[in-house]
Amino acid sequence: MKGAERINSLSDLSLGSDCQIVSLELSGLLRRRILDLGIVPGTLIRCIRRGPSGDPTAYMVRGTLIALRSEDAAQIFVRKLSNGEECV
Amino acid sequence: MCAMSPSRILSEVYGQAECVRNSNLKSFSDQIVADIYGNAEQITKHVLSKKESQRISFDLTIDNLVTSKWFGYPLMILLLVGVFWLTIEGANFPSELLATVLFAFQDQLTLWFQWAGAPNWVHGVLVLGVYRTLAWVVAVMLPPMAIFFPLFTLLEDSGYLPRIAFNLDHIFKRAKACGKQSLTMCMGFGCNAAGVTSCRIIDSPRERLIAILTNNFVPCNGRFPTLIAITSIFIGGAIASYSGLINALVISAIILLGVAVTLSVSWLLSVTILKGEPSSLVLELPSYRRPKFGAVIYRSMLDRTLFVLRRSIMIAAPAGAVIWILANVYIGDQNILSSVAHVLNPFGQLIGLDGFILMAFILGLPANEIVLPILIMSYLSTGSLQDYSSLEELRNVLVSNGWTWLTAINVMLFSLLHWPCATTLLTTYKETGSKKWAFLSFLIPTLIGFTACFILTQVVRFLGLV
Repeated sequence: MKGAERINSLSDLSLGSDCQIVSLELSGLLRRRILDLGIVPGTLIRCIRRGPSGDPTAYMVRGTLIALRSEDAAQIFVRKLSNGEECV
Repeated sequence: MCAMSPSRILSEVYGQAECVRNSNLKSFSDQIVADIYGNAEQITKHVLSKKESQRISFDLTIDNLVTSKWFGYPLMILLLVGVFWLTIEGANFPSELLATVLFAFQDQLTLWFQWAGAPNWVHGVLVLGVYRTLAWVVAVMLPPMAIFFPLFTLLEDSGYLPRIAFNLDHIFKRAKACGKQSLTMCMGFGCNAAGVTSCRIIDSPRERLIAILTNNFVPCNGRFPTLIAITSIFIGGAIASYSGLINALVISAIILLGVAVTLSVSWLLSVTILKGEPSSLVLELPSYRRPKFGAVIYRSMLDRTLFVLRRSIMIAAPAGAVIWILANVYIGDQNILSSVAHVLNPFGQLIGLDGFILMAFILGLPANEIVLPILIMSYLSTGSLQDYSSLEELRNVLVSNGWTWLTAINVMLFSLLHWPCATTLLTTYKETGSKKWAFLSFLIPTLIGFTACFILTQVVRFLGLV
């Protein structure tokens, strides 16, 4: 474990940036649904585009485009990947 | 001391276990899912080679356009108007052809009945009641459905539909509903009963219920013929050139009104009887693909067009018999239909309709597509459903019965905002498993319809515009 890692929430990501899921702080139905889609700790995820009004945001996960609202994405924590690391 | 210690140790262990369980339950289950996905990933890497980078960039290019700030919404509206224009214009000719053929066959049927020596009332119920209603429903419904459903399925198959939910989600979020509701509404254009069933795609029970209760605010295929006919007569017909385009625009405006009502009612429900957790959205945006035309035709024709047609035929046939009986059984010197209409008339006038219109809507409960034919039948008091050979003729019938542009608008409003048809009510009951929700899905649009027509009528009359 690197100590200096910055943990952000998924909703803070800028467009086009890659990151890796650290933890999910969601609960209930939504949490299960997110896990079902393969958004689990360790998964690589890229922020692709925002809706016409800035919300929801579409993320590329495992080759699939999935849209999430910012409130939900705010509860998913990620580690930003620098350019040298593996991309999605 | 000695006797105490084992149980103390036990409770300590238990306490620690509880502690571990509470802190790690989530991460533990996450770990399991992550492991499963990790394994799957490993296997995929071994057996699958990808060459998809080109496709992904193709998807991105299209998405840049259809979900962009400037082009996203106009494109959606353009598609909406386009689909309805194609449906309205394309359905004209086949509808007329079907009507001619089916009504010609009625004369043949009449001859056969006469030849068999059937009594008048048997001929009345079966031919003038059942057959004529069926012929009308098929002639009016089949062509627009056979155009609308394939177009809709085409959009569905291409992968565009989820983008609509993506674009519109923030509006539904403000109404505390789910963006996927836009898709169930799209389905409602074809048939509200199908729309109610499609609400299963919405994950949260609260939002699913909102979507079910408001689905009726998008006009279905059974109401389009009424809307289209009245628009063509009173609005498109008034402006001779580009009437097709103007009709499509008016229809689109009515739909937008329906959408506005849907959103307001959704919001109202989520702050009153359906209060609850703020909603969420998990929406998959699939890759675009070229629609498979065979599959589109097969699915839209067999699963949707014929399915909806079969159901409305099953409902229209007995309804036709009942309506013929109501129109041909006389109490005093009036048939039952007119007597009821006279009772309803004061109430109808209050909301800018009349007794006959109100009664036609009530008798149209089994299927919305028979509202207009019942109305014409009762105006002409001929005792059987009428076909009209031209819109001009229909216009004369309506105007001579006191129709103004206000009546026309009120009928369109009321057609958009009134109780769902019997099939939709039954489907709502099945989907929610509760009579309470089914009744509410009847009550809400009805109240709104009466209120809207009442306010509009009173304002217009107060201003002296009619």
